[in-house]
Amino acid sequence: MDLKLDHHSEDNLTIVDVEGEIDVYTAPRLRELLIDLVNKGNFHLLVNMEKVDFLDSTGLGVLVGGLKRVRAHDGSLELVCTQERILKIFRITGLTKVFGIYASVEEAKEAHGRDK
Amino acid sequence: MATVELTFSALPAHVRTARLVATAIARRTGVAEAILDEVRLAVGEACSRAVEAHRLHCPGEPVRIELRDDAGRFEVTVTDAAPSEDVTPQVLEANGSLMPEIDNLGIAVIAGLADDVEVLPGPKGMRIRMSWPASSPGIAAL
Repeated sequence: MDLKLDHHSEDNLTIVDVEGEIDVYTAPRLRELLIDLVNKGNFHLLVNMEKVDFLDSTGLGVLVGGLKRVRAHDGSLELVCTQERILKIFRITGLTKVFGIYASVEEAKEAHGRDK
Repeated sequence: MATVELTFSALPAHVRTARLVATAIARRTGVAEAILDEVRLAVGEACSRAVEAHRLHCPGEPVRIELRDDAGRFEVTVTDAAPSEDVTPQVLEANGSLMPEIDNLGIAVIAGLADDVEVLPGPKGMRIRMSWPASSPGIAAL
């Protein structure tokens, strides 16, 4: 399955919906979207990965790169993910300590609201 | 012992094909459904690393994968032709601050996924061999 990307803003939060496979072939498209969003002043990103079928280290690199960019603007990049097979790669690499990972968009929005 | 060999041009689009082939053969070899995702991810990581290395050093050379049913193990060997230095698998020590680089993250992921991994870097290329338990009769019976 290819990669589908969509995004919309709610209050001060930009939600990026990702569907499909994030790998060495498709990750550049996600990277371009994240860079574009940051360049346009969206510094609080929530990447919804509930429909991601596959994620490899290339995709992790893109997410880490996005986090570096938003943090340069005192922003945030957090994730929504409950799939065990996706969470496993975050655990293996220690990135569960770097990203805020929530069980739902609503949960992430509540946490984001509390932090504002 | 039976072997399936696959070679592909060093293009990112072909990595998905390699993943699919490896997963299909792992399933036929008798690898448990519960660990097929690990096989898919580990093979994808090894192939992605090889493709990136070839694109830097030898874009015209193909990447090679061998899939072997060997004494109750499903063994995958990914071989590239790009010169490589010693590689140490690294797991990020994240303490809230970002690591400045994520080189070798793919190797770290492979090491975390396969219970038997051998990474052999060399001036003529790198070979990554990994294996998982499989039930007989495996590929030989196909």
